[in-house]
Amino acid sequence: MSPARPWQRPWFAPLVALAAVYALFCALSPETFARPEIVATMARQTAVVAIVALGMTVIIAQGGIDLSVGSGVALTTVVVAWLLKRGFGPLAASAGGVAALGVSGLLTGLAVTRLRLTPFIVTLGAMSVLRGAAKGLAAEQTIVVESRGLEQLLAPAGGPALLVPAGVWLALALAAAVAALLHYTRFGRYVYAVGSSEATARLAGVDVGRVRVASYLLASLLTGVAGVVEFSKLTVGDPTDSAGLELAVIASVVIGGASLAGGEGSVAGALVGAFLMTVIKTGSTHLGLSNWVQEIVTGLIIVLAVALDRVRRARR
Amino acid sequence: MLSARGVGKAFGATRALASVDLEAGAGEVHAVVGENGAGKSTLMKVLAGVVGADEGAITLGGSPFRPRSPAAARRAGVALVSQEVALCPHLDVAANLALGQEPTRFGVVERARVESAARAALAEVGAGRIDPRARAGDLPLADRQLVEIARALVRWGDRPGAPPPARVLILDEPTSSLGREDARRLFALVRRLRGEGLLVLYISHFLEEVAAVADRYTVLRDGRSVASGAMRDVTPADLVEKMAGRRVEGAAERAPRAPGEVVLELGDLAGAAKPARASLALRRGEIFGVAGLVGAGRTELLRAIFGLDPVRSGTVRVKSWAGPATPRERLAQGLGLLSEDRAHEGLALARSVAENVTLSKLEPLAPFRGAAARLAAALGLVSPARADEAAARWAGELGIKCRGPGQAAAELSGGNQQKLALARLLHHDVDVLLLDEPARGIDVGAKAQIFGLIDGLARRGKAVLLVSSYLPELLSTCDRIAVLCRGVLGEARPASSWSEHELLEQATGAAARREAPGAPAGAGP
Repeated sequence: MSPARPWQRPWFAPLVALAAVYALFCALSPETFARPEIVATMARQTAVVAIVALGMTVIIAQGGIDLSVGSGVALTTVVVAWLLKRGFGPLAASAGGVAALGVSGLLTGLAVTRLRLTPFIVTLGAMSVLRGAAKGLAAEQTIVVESRGLEQLLAPAGGPALLVPAGVWLALALAAAVAALLHYTRFGRYVYAVGSSEATARLAGVDVGRVRVASYLLASLLTGVAGVVEFSKLTVGDPTDSAGLELAVIASVVIGGASLAGGEGSVAGALVGAFLMTVIKTGSTHLGLSNWVQEIVTGLIIVLAVALDRVRRARR
Repeated sequence: MLSARGVGKAFGATRALASVDLEAGAGEVHAVVGENGAGKSTLMKVLAGVVGADEGAITLGGSPFRPRSPAAARRAGVALVSQEVALCPHLDVAANLALGQEPTRFGVVERARVESAARAALAEVGAGRIDPRARAGDLPLADRQLVEIARALVRWGDRPGAPPPARVLILDEPTSSLGREDARRLFALVRRLRGEGLLVLYISHFLEEVAAVADRYTVLRDGRSVASGAMRDVTPADLVEKMAGRRVEGAAERAPRAPGEVVLELGDLAGAAKPARASLALRRGEIFGVAGLVGAGRTELLRAIFGLDPVRSGTVRVKSWAGPATPRERLAQGLGLLSEDRAHEGLALARSVAENVTLSKLEPLAPFRGAAARLAAALGLVSPARADEAAARWAGELGIKCRGPGQAAAELSGGNQQKLALARLLHHDVDVLLLDEPARGIDVGAKAQIFGLIDGLARRGKAVLLVSSYLPELLSTCDRIAVLCRGVLGEARPASSWSEHELLEQATGAAARREAPGAPAGAGP
């Protein structure tokens, strides 16, 4: 699985790109970028995308896609707010939000495997269903609620002992866990095997359906956790939140070396990809670039990053 | 050791297996032969647990054998090395070997054990040089096949739940993509495994190969086992007769053809990597054969001529046009290429017969004439109805068996797909045909029809450049043959002056070494 040299690893090229882009912004705007605080701020802004990207890495590596993550994050914030409003504690409310997403992931996985529908279609439908459910539960309004300590998860000042907010540590811990899962367990090996060649995996006795369902379940649970972190940022339940998040997440995973055809993708790469996008966004803001310029630049960088990766691979 | 009685299997209305009996013992190489569609692959899938049998009884080592899944078959000691489903290309060799049977401790895959078991298994199939950490997708085809065989033989000790090394190894068309040297090595391995008491079920189209490697045979025809016995009692011709249910005529003396003017001329053509040097002159009404081993640059030669691969140096002249050209220009010049890879390059499998026939020359919308017709063509208007008519016409002419022009190409048999690919070139009305392995993967009867068609085309004044691995075909079909060895095309001679032995000598480079004993050491390949 792993080529021996670091520069052959899938996350190496995006890491170089990240360093280059960061150095560029440091040169252009040293008074903001050459300070450690900004790293903490950007890490805080990346946490939600990064956690969702962990699940997306698993799904893309096994040859699928999930378009419903933005709606899923929004639904989670609404469920958490709704439960808090009804007197549940912060932990129970968070667990409820994650569980709701778990159910959706399970159903998505079953639709993909049992009904033999393509993941693109199933999750396109789920995108709309979850968004609608969020709006219905919130009665088409933002649910304003006392966040009861949950806001501390991504509070800018996590205290000097933590360096970065607790939510960022949570993201890193989950990343380490997912990376270990993919590398050191049967399930992880089967994720790559199914994405690489489903027929071969089936012939080797791998229960392809179970791997698929488990992937969607796991990814949805992670999206639920990301939704809790998003709630701590918003401190309200917002059914219109995170529209378009799926594109940022898929872009992060693909920039990180994953192939949409399956079989490839790494947690480290996805994290680097997600952070790269935040750096571009933050840097553009500090340089005073308008929003529309930022969007064009981000889009071009996504395409360029993947194009460069293809060239690198073709040469190997 | 393995005994099957009256095995039957239907897919919907299609009866893939009607009633098959098979008896094979340990320490035996048992060939299963039959035309395409005779049921070989289905029988193997039943034995490997990929599909379940509808009826019949199978016993393995005396006890009933009815695997519900490939994993169950594998635990019982039956492993399938199938041709199309190879390995997970993104995983490394060790991970592929362990796929589905990874040893774990507390849920963590024991990578060190996986690698040592992989090393041992690779060494057992004589492939100790393959690095267990190499990505499977980066290995050459022959090595990937060895990895697959090693996967069947890997030993996990007495770990609970782990499958034992296979007792029955099923090889499905193992040499169809191998060069001669790799095939020879595979035969040696098969014989060694037989010596170790394995039963090897060997499926192949190449009857000479079957005769060389197998001890016993079973012939399938239309889903039934029609004959079986000891290989030493039969000749390949006998097997063909049993497979077809009739005696197939050998290479009949054919009437001489009358070559016309030169339509394709190559002068020291060199591609990016291959070919290194190729010169030839192809005439109208002539079939020019190119023999050579896999990897000699045969496909690359055709691709360079057709403009699919870059030309590094040398000249290509098609009729009056000189110099390199794009595939589009080549088609306009009346040059057509039939790819060896039907599934990916040759046909759009998901699309209909009619669309495949008219893909390169779409039928313009019908009711116009003159300027109106040119306008319709300029606007890109096409007529599906006329495409259907054209397809029906070609289907009739070439004998393509299909339900109609609307049937998807994927549903046709291999032989009919090949005729369909040929029909596109004829519909385009090309008069120089570059044919790359036109008989690959199709059954004996269809093969004869394809070569009959090619012969007919040459008689109607078309020029054919024919690449084929199957030497008897080349010798009986071509007017002239040249051998491509390591990218260099040798001298063209009349087919009648070649023998199979000579072609092989040239292709392997053996002839060059023998003819030039005084050459300095190291000048060889």
